[in-house]
This record gives sequence, C-alpha cells and structure tokens, in this order.
Amino acid sequence: MAINVIGAGLAGLSAASTLAETGVFVNLISLKSPYRAQSVLAEGGINAALDTMGEGDAPAEHFADTIRGGVFLSDPDAVRGLTDNAPHIVEKLLEMGTALNTKDGKAVLRNFGGQKKKRTAFSKSSTGKIIMTGLTDLARKYEAGGLIKTFFHHQVTHIDIQDKKCKGVRFFDVYTNKEYYSPGPVILAIGGYNGIFPEMTTGTVYNTGDLLADLFDEGLVLSNLEFIQYHPTTVGIPGKRLLISEAARGEGGRLFIYKDGTPWYFMEELYPDLKNLSPRDVISREMTKAVSRDDTGDTVYLDLTGISPDTWKGKLSDLREEVIYYMDLDPVKDHIPVTPGIHFFMGGIYVDKDHRTSAEGLYAAGECASQYHGANRLGGNSMLGAIYGGSVAAGAAIRDAVMEKDIKTDPEETGIVGKEFLSERKVNADTAFLIRDILLSGLGIIRNKEDMEEALGRLSELFQREDLTGAEKKRIQLGRAMLLCALLRKESRGAHFRTDHPERNDEDFRKTTVARITDGSIDISFEDIKEVML
Amino acid sequence: MRFLIDIERRRDPKDKPYIQSFIYETEDRGHTVATALTWLNSIRDLKDTEGNSAEPIEWDRNCLQKKCGACAMVINGKPGLACDKRLFDLGARITLSPLKKFPKVRDLLVDRSIMEKNLVKMRVWMEGNASHYESVKDITYDASRCLQCGCCLEICPNFYDEGDFTGMAAAVGASRVLMEMGREEGREAYRTYERSFYKGCGKSLACRNICPAKIDIDRTLSGSNAVAVWKRHIKK
Repeated sequence: MAINVIGAGLAGLSAASTLAETGVFVNLISLKSPYRAQSVLAEGGINAALDTMGEGDAPAEHFADTIRGGVFLSDPDAVRGLTDNAPHIVEKLLEMGTALNTKDGKAVLRNFGGQKKKRTAFSKSSTGKIIMTGLTDLARKYEAGGLIKTFFHHQVTHIDIQDKKCKGVRFFDVYTNKEYYSPGPVILAIGGYNGIFPEMTTGTVYNTGDLLADLFDEGLVLSNLEFIQYHPTTVGIPGKRLLISEAARGEGGRLFIYKDGTPWYFMEELYPDLKNLSPRDVISREMTKAVSRDDTGDTVYLDLTGISPDTWKGKLSDLREEVIYYMDLDPVKDHIPVTPGIHFFMGGIYVDKDHRTSAEGLYAAGECASQYHGANRLGGNSMLGAIYGGSVAAGAAIRDAVMEKDIKTDPEETGIVGKEFLSERKVNADTAFLIRDILLSGLGIIRNKEDMEEALGRLSELFQREDLTGAEKKRIQLGRAMLLCALLRKESRGAHFRTDHPERNDEDFRKTTVARITDGSIDISFEDIKEVML
Repeated sequence: MRFLIDIERRRDPKDKPYIQSFIYETEDRGHTVATALTWLNSIRDLKDTEGNSAEPIEWDRNCLQKKCGACAMVINGKPGLACDKRLFDLGARITLSPLKKFPKVRDLLVDRSIMEKNLVKMRVWMEGNASHYESVKDITYDASRCLQCGCCLEICPNFYDEGDFTGMAAAVGASRVLMEMGREEGREAYRTYERSFYKGCGKSLACRNICPAKIDIDRTLSGSNAVAVWKRHIKK
C-alpha cells in the first residue's frame, strides 16, 4: 500500500519526503508540478529561534509570540511542537544546500512582524522559491529511488470517505481525462482557498478552494473560517494582488499617510513597541482607519527610502526589481502606495495536533489545515507550519496505518471522466465574481452584524438559482459557513474585528469555531481550547 | 487600444491546428497576454472575430507574477511568459502558439513532463551535506530561481523532447548541486552532467537572453563546467 499525498507545495513535499525517508511508498498527486505551487510565492522568510544574531532568543519566546499573535486561539500543543522543531528544520534546509542568506555557514535572521527578536531566516525576499527548490530536490531523490511516484497534472475527483473513514482517492489526468483510484490513507496539502476571492488575493489561480468545498459538503469538519488575513502591504496588478513582503518593513520600511499635508508615521505613534512590525491584523486595521479620517489623505505609503544600499543589494534586490517592473517606481527613492489585500486563511480543515482530520485515515497540512495560527498568523510562520505540519501528518499517517510498508501498489486506472462531470465542476467567472463580492461585503477588515446578515441573505438567494453548477453550489455553501462563523463570533479578535462587538471576550469565545454540514444544513459550534500560560 | 490576437488552437493532440482570432481592448499599459486570455475565458459565450462561438482557450498559468513559469508559450514568434509580456509592447496584432518542443495537449497547453524527467536523469539532488562555500552562494541562489518554464529549451537548437541532451533547464539545476556537493558524493552527478549536458550543448548560447527569471547562464555554466568537467576545486 502507498500513502497518497495531494498537493506538491511545501506541505505536500515535506509529507512525501518524510514518508519516503521511512521507506513508505507515496503517490504524490498534484494538479501542478512543485515549480508552479503557491509556496514559490512566499517571500519574507521562515521563523526559527536559532539565535544566530546573539539576541538570546529561544523556542519558548517563539512559542509565546505565536500564541499572542494568534490571540490565544492556536492549539498550544501543536504550536509547542512547531516552535521547538523550527531550529532543526532550518538547519536541515541549510544542510540540503538551500540557498538561504548565511554568514559563516549559519542562517542570518531578520526582524519580522509580531516578534521583537530577529528570528526569520530568509533568502533575499524569495524564500519560498528557494526553499521549494531544495525540497523539490529532496523529493526527486526519493522519486529516483522508487519511493515517490509523481502524478503531476492530475486532479482529485473524489476523496473516498465512507462512514467517516477515508478509503482512498479518485483522481484524473487533466491532459487525457483518464481516471485512477488509489486506496489508502490520504494527506491533504491543498493550500488556501484563494479562488473564493478571485483576483483579490496574493495567491495563485489554481488554489480555488473547490476541493475544500467538496469535502465540507461531504461532512468534513472545518474550523475558524472567519479568520482571513489581510496583509497590510499589497498592490493591485492585473489579475491579482501583488505582495510587498513584510521583509521590507523588517529591514526598516515605514508606513505613513499624509495628515494635514505632512507624513504621519501612524504605526510608530500608535504602537511605539512594535511599530511597523506589529502583527498584520493590527496594521491592516489601522491602515483602514487612517484612510477614513477627515484630516488624512486617502493613500497609505510604504517608505523604504531609509534602507541602506547594502541591505538593498544583499537582502532585497528581488523586491526592488519587482516594484520597478510592476509599479514603475524605484523604492530606493519613491514611496510605494499600498493597501491591505487577502493573503492567508488561518481557518480551514479542522485537525488535531497530529494533523488528523475528522475522517479516519485523512490528514491535512499546510494552509488548508487550521491549528497553528489562531486568529492571526505571524509572518514567517506559514512556511514553517507547512514544512513541520507536513512531516507531522506523515508521522501520524504512518503510525495509524495498518499496512505492509514494503508492498507497493500503483493506482488503478478506472476509466475516463465524462463531460458531464467536468461541466459540473466548473465555476463560471461571473458566478465566482458575484460570490466574491458578496463575501467581501461581509468579511472585510472591519465587520458588523448588518453587513454579514445581508451577505448571508444574498448568498442564500443566489443558492436558489437554477443554473448553478455543482461546484458553484458548494462554493456558496463554503462562503455561507465563513459568514456564519464570523456572525456567531460576537467579539473582536485578531483578524476578526466587529464594530458591534469591538472587545475581546475570552469567556465565551476563546474557543475554536467549528463548522460542519449535518443533514444538509450548516452547523456552527464553539469548542474549548486548552489553557496556556505565558 | 484594440488588439487582434491570433491563437493557434487544437482540441486534441492529434487534431490539425487552426487559427482563431479574438479582439481585446484596453487602455491599461500594464495588461499582459495573461490578462487578455483570462478576460476572454471569463466570457460565457465567447465569440471570435467572425462571430463564431468559441470554446474557452486552454492555457497553463498560476501565479500571474513571473514566479511559477506555468504560462510559457510562443508569443509573436518567441518563447516567453504570458504574464510577462505586455500587450502594448507586442503591437496591435499578436500571435500566440504553444511551445513547439513539447507534446501538445490542447490549445496553448503542452506537456512539459520531460523537464522533470531530465532533472531526475541529471541527478539533481544533494548527496551528503552542502558545502556552503561563500564563493558559490550567488550562483546557487541564482540557479535556485529557475522556473522550469521551458523557454530556454524552446529556443535551443540541440534540445528535443525525446533526445539525450537535457538542455539548459536541467543544467541550471545541476549546477547548484554540483557546486554544493563534495567530490566523492558528486562523482556520479559529474559524469551525468558531462554526458547528458556538456557534450550535447552546441554552445549556440541561444538560451542566454531568453530566461524570464534572468538567470546568468554564463556564470552558472562556468561554475558547473569547472567542477564537473575540469574537476577544479572550489575555493572557499
């Protein structure tokens, strides 16, 4: 038997390589090759308390910052594993030859949001691409050794769940439409659900969220769907939002808005402790407030003019090239107009600390899973969460599986997927934009009951339309669940801010929001989280 | 401005290709070939310039910001990324066709699986721990940025899909690991590099200026040739 890994980004490659390292056969199934994965877009870095900068950092501090950054909604046991293992993960990447910025063979670390100490290892501002290159090499080594069999340009038709047990996966070759069935456990590493907000996120086109919507429809439990990360510094380019990495502020960048005609560095005045490196949810909210004041302009600028030539050359040259190409501005001397944009989904598939989902034999890791980042993810923790999470999911799958690991079974060809099936999977662009606009009206940076209720009403109305495809209906259901999670969390916490409930309410809502479909209707509940002392 | 876009189309690899033309209008100088294709495919009842109904155009893409290499195609006769080619730089009449060096799938979609196979053949992975010599850091970083888009193979006079010569896309990957590996661990990879790349390269250097990631091919090859072919030691 083999273990099936769906997705070839950081989490999928990490899971596949961990499995192969222990001699387990892997079917690595992905619509795109690793070179096309969204992980290659990750920029600023990966957190690890390596303390190579002599600031006395320790994993316990990384743990505390992650818990505080997530406003106490993360699973403390999972975060403990994440932060304790982070130094080992980065050291291993260096051993593999990953081209991170180093000095005397040790990782150079930079400042990043929500953390006072330098803790973020990086490769200029192309860290995701560089780490993906290293992990792809590693997976290739196991592929050459026969332990990993790759099925790129293959898409999942159906995760076979019967009586809450995952039996295998059905998938097809999008080039030939040939379909296959592979029995055995499945690790989902399917990324975030950017497709819910087409053209409005920093992510990729093919991370549509449609498989997540399928799984939700079939009863898989999801959690914390109301927590959507708006990254403070993005700019619009054709077809998407372009991220201006947090590394820019980590290396000295400052945000300002014109107030009465002069620059007002509002983050520095309002948050003298972490200033421009406050958590992302805090900055995005303050930016939104700043542009809505009567005495300010309507644009927030990122000022990178104080960054030294050496830093531009050694740490941010790629970011500079990107800004020049897309904005016709040179950040060495020009200020960059920025607005918050959707960047990451803290919520997703409900998993335990070992990445088990609500279905036996089904695991989830990376952005599609929800447990490390709580109400707001710290910059530098997503790549870490994906790599660590992939390996933990692999470990759990090995421990849980009843299988003879040295017997290999190839997926069985089962036929050709039909035209009807393919058309039912289609989400038409006009419907996708409609769903997006409705969701944005309720799930912005600053929310309230009326807007969310109105959005829910509009989605319910849209759901009644007779010309919808199956995939469009499921996407609407996922959207409704996101809105319901937000509506029922009657407090403000992290990325979820409500003007009608502006305070944090630990007594009622220091809990995980749990969403499931029962008998065709969406059910939202709240589940206790283990106490944590910092 | 009004752009006339001629697209080479086929519904099946065995089909005879045909040209179908579409109009795209924009005044935004930032719009790219990718923007136009996305817009055309967003129309439910897409029509060509003759008024005939047209199926959605199949093409590969993902990041839309020059970082994933998916959207490589032949644009006005030259390989490039659809998300990198701005319409105003291409002129009022634009031709799009699939990369010709790879098996066709549908429309602008091709099967680039051979590139991954060549990376396996070239043994692009680390054996043992990396050296981390400061002297090679810039080259390994640069080579790590390779998109595996296939533009360098499309333009190469020596590469073809089922041939022994792996082309520059695999050599760039190999250069990283060759320079980071110890001599003992690298022995097999050196041989493969010499056999599958060095001896097959006709040194036309057609690939030199085509790379969308602007990888410095000369510097990369001078490093990997020195290590794998001339057996020179890398200075720390």
